[in-house]
Amino acid sequence: MSRRIAVEINGRAVEGEVEPRLLLADFIRDNAGLTGTHLGCEHGVCGACTVQLDGHPVRSCLMFAVQAHGHRIATVEGMAPGDSSLHPLQQAFHECHALQCGFCTPGILMTMEAFLREEPDPTSERIRSALAGNLCRCTGYQNIITAVRLAADRLQNKGEAAVEAS
Amino acid sequence: MKPAQFEYDDPQTEDEALDLLARHGDDCKVIAGGQSLVPLMNFRLARPARLIDINRIDSLSYIRREEGRLVIGAMARHTHLEHAEEVAQGWPLLTEAVGWVGHAQIRNRGTIGGSVAHADPAAELPAAFAALDAKFQLRSKRGSRTVSWDEFFVSEFTTALAPDELVAAVEVPALDPGTGTAFVEYARRHGDFALGGAAAIVKLGRDGRCERATIALLSAGPAPVRAKAAEQQLRGAKLDDSSIRAASAEAVRGLRPTSDLHGSTEYRIGLLRTMTERALTKAAQRAASSTS
Repeated sequence: MSRRIAVEINGRAVEGEVEPRLLLADFIRDNAGLTGTHLGCEHGVCGACTVQLDGHPVRSCLMFAVQAHGHRIATVEGMAPGDSSLHPLQQAFHECHALQCGFCTPGILMTMEAFLREEPDPTSERIRSALAGNLCRCTGYQNIITAVRLAADRLQNKGEAAVEAS
Repeated sequence: MKPAQFEYDDPQTEDEALDLLARHGDDCKVIAGGQSLVPLMNFRLARPARLIDINRIDSLSYIRREEGRLVIGAMARHTHLEHAEEVAQGWPLLTEAVGWVGHAQIRNRGTIGGSVAHADPAAELPAAFAALDAKFQLRSKRGSRTVSWDEFFVSEFTTALAPDELVAAVEVPALDPGTGTAFVEYARRHGDFALGGAAAIVKLGRDGRCERATIALLSAGPAPVRAKAAEQQLRGAKLDDSSIRAASAEAVRGLRPTSDLHGSTEYRIGLLRTMTERALTKAAQRAASSTS
């Protein structure tokens, strides 16, 4: 028996008629058409499907879409402020080569965006620990840590970063 | 779609949930955070006919102090416990233990009631609750009862919970002043279930000797293990390397943790002994610095 749900994804209202067993990840990809959220293991280990539920990173493969009814979801598509610019984290990933195939990147960005809000000035040890729930098979993680650190610097000194970029 | 079909209810109140449990009991499964249940459903290792989702029951989501005890509602999430100031002040063992649970994304969703009801022998919180002599409030339409941790944890993934019952809350008694606690575990990768771990609580007397010691082990058997003989051995002892080493050897005597590709029984026994030594040493240091 299907149910009608209404969620907010990246500020946009999305409604759908879903079976209770539909995973939130599949709802985001298939119903809302936002395929930036990737599905890796589908049992909560790899972190590729991480999205933010009411601002907190969660595995969208470990939730049913019906459970998200009435909640606010953020996905990687909502990060960049516009078509021609990137979020400071995305920009830093780009500059530092923090991705190769890019499959894990959306999940890592959603995890790290929330992490930097909570801990704006983390040590690389803390970044490593915060990254532990996201697997990357390409990079060896070093450049991801460098990129997160760079983004942290820029987010803390927003004014200076803007001058540097111009 | 990964999981098999199921019927779904999301009651708004505890009474509605208990009604549904009374009606559907055996065929249904309660879903809280779902961080253990949904993987099992995605693999179709679990195929419940009906899910009763308790995520919308706000009255189960709290952490508060009641007459000195800590009471944690079943729907309190791991993240709430991890960041609760009064828990860090009064029950630092729980703050330390919960940090070892999965990853931040898992802790944002996972719940205290769910961890307890799932009863994974490698899980952190059941062992921490065993060390703290916690009790669990169980509710059903038939009434409420409170059971101690050792009555509750029967075996791996098996508890004393009846099909129509819900874990409503965990009650944790206060620790005496001058008590030190520690939680340690070892896993090959950060966030994995522990190959072995230990929780220790040490209370020192005025003479600096051990007045009371508590040791609970995880991944040591089908349920959390309390090392009562070792605890007894430490009572009245001076806590130094040799007494801690002797008590840790006693703590693992007779244990037969299951051998698998992650570690043999012998390896796991050795690991549990080392974890016990480290937990006792840390707890004793913390007790000493809290009394000095």
